Amino acid sequence: MERVTERLIQFDLARTTVRELNQYLHQQLPAESTPGGIPQLAILNPNGQHNIAVGVTVPAKIDIQGNAGYFIGGMNKLADLVVHGHVGWSVAENIMSGSLRVKGSASECAAASGHGGLVVIEGDASSRCGISMKGCDIVVGGDVGHMSAFMAQAGSLVICGDAGPNLGDSLYEAVIYVRGTIHSLGTDAQEEPLQASDIEHLTAILKRAEFDYSPQEFKRVASAKTLYHWHVDAGAKY
Amino acid sequence: MCGIVGFLAKNRAFVESLGGHVVPMLTCMGDRGPDSAGLALFSRSLPEMVRRFSLYVDDREFPWTELGAQWSLEAGTALELDIIENHAALLSAVSPDQFRAWLKTHYPHVHLLSVGRSIDVYKDEGHPEEISRRYRFGKMHGTHAVGHTRMATESAVSPAHAHPFTAGEDFCLVHNGSLSNPYSIRRKLERLGITFETDNDTEAACRFLEWRMREGDTLEEALQKGFIELDGFYTLLMATTDKLVLVRDAFACKPAVVAETDDYVAISSEYRALAHLPGINQARIFEPLPERIYSWNVLQSV
Repeated sequence: MERVTERLIQFDLARTTVRELNQYLHQQLPAESTPGGIPQLAILNPNGQHNIAVGVTVPAKIDIQGNAGYFIGGMNKLADLVVHGHVGWSVAENIMSGSLRVKGSASECAAASGHGGLVVIEGDASSRCGISMKGCDIVVGGDVGHMSAFMAQAGSLVICGDAGPNLGDSLYEAVIYVRGTIHSLGTDAQEEPLQASDIEHLTAILKRAEFDYSPQEFKRVASAKTLYHWHVDAGAKY
Repeated sequence: MCGIVGFLAKNRAFVESLGGHVVPMLTCMGDRGPDSAGLALFSRSLPEMVRRFSLYVDDREFPWTELGAQWSLEAGTALELDIIENHAALLSAVSPDQFRAWLKTHYPHVHLLSVGRSIDVYKDEGHPEEISRRYRFGKMHGTHAVGHTRMATESAVSPAHAHPFTAGEDFCLVHNGSLSNPYSIRRKLERLGITFETDNDTEAACRFLEWRMREGDTLEEALQKGFIELDGFYTLLMATTDKLVLVRDAFACKPAVVAETDDYVAISSEYRALAHLPGINQARIFEPLPERIYSWNVLQSV
């Protein structure tokens, strides 16, 4: 750890372990984060390492300068993270609040089971993006892979590119917006007309995510709710 | 969990330094597979009649030169034998079947790891870092290489169960994942007279693809049939004399990352195993899509 200025703290992961970094973030960062100012952290040489900046619970601005590995920014609360590169599996897993922006692309399970906050992937997200999301908002600048938003319970997934196979399979109350093409919808997912509330939400979320698209370019996908209750005719199948 | 690594050099300098790039990749992926490791190296083909037989024996005191001398007498040729630890590469202008039969009769406990004009295979039990050091992988060169770090989940930990698996000549395969129907594939192949050396699931995939290629399919055509026949999770990385081929199953829940520059193509289970490579910050980095065949040819110029 190196204090560059009063507010800027630098960690070089070529010289410090991820464990030391995370212990600092959990034990010492809260004292740095005061109503008078939000600390800034620069994390250098991530070199694809896993678990960087997991479990931060206070306001902070954290920049990860390069490609990072699995579970980056998991369980994040209040902090705003930017990864200046690509990330591996399960970025922002179970995010509670705050934000995480990936300048590159993300591998599988981006923002899986996220409860709140905003996750922006500027490039593509891979399969299972937003799987089981529970209230966060996800904006993907490019495409998403198969089984994205599988069993998504609440929140929104905004896809500015194309969606892969089985989008929104077994959706609950989460809503998906797709600007490009949809390879196929999963079981119980259906395309629906945009409502006034969708336009309002999309306008706000695209602005926050810094994408210059018109809400009218998107299609809405939501649950047809045919799986919510047992249907007696389904009994004949077994 | 297992780790896979692959490297294809696009110019002479990277052919010469190949081992030096691959060793940190294997070492890093030791986190995903600490129980055994292996490496298949490909270099320029030997003359048409000559074969390289890669041999392994679980005995550090094994008298390799005696085996070589016996073979020289049998074949009536001069001895060409490279020995490193438990491994020896024997060069001989003889049919693979003839050598295999001789080995089985005279040295039944010596494993034949690979046969071909360009392939050489090393595999053993232990941490990948230790195996890399033991067999001096860092000093090796070649046009392309395929490596594996194993965390056994479905069959025993032994040098024979380690990857790469080979079948036929100049073909090898490494696998991250698990197949759910290796025994039905195996029974199908055994009825055709194909024999297996282990009960490892990956061997079934390897022999299935090699059987299809012997039946006239290209590796790509064999893989299209593999997408139908192989049930389970897999990232498969394969190599032949002139190419490196990568596929993931339809679910794509076993990882792979590719980095390509003007100098090389590098493949690994995780990006962190590629982070040390020269020029990685300028590389085109991508994740292979499910059920898509990625193939890179060895350039004629190298």
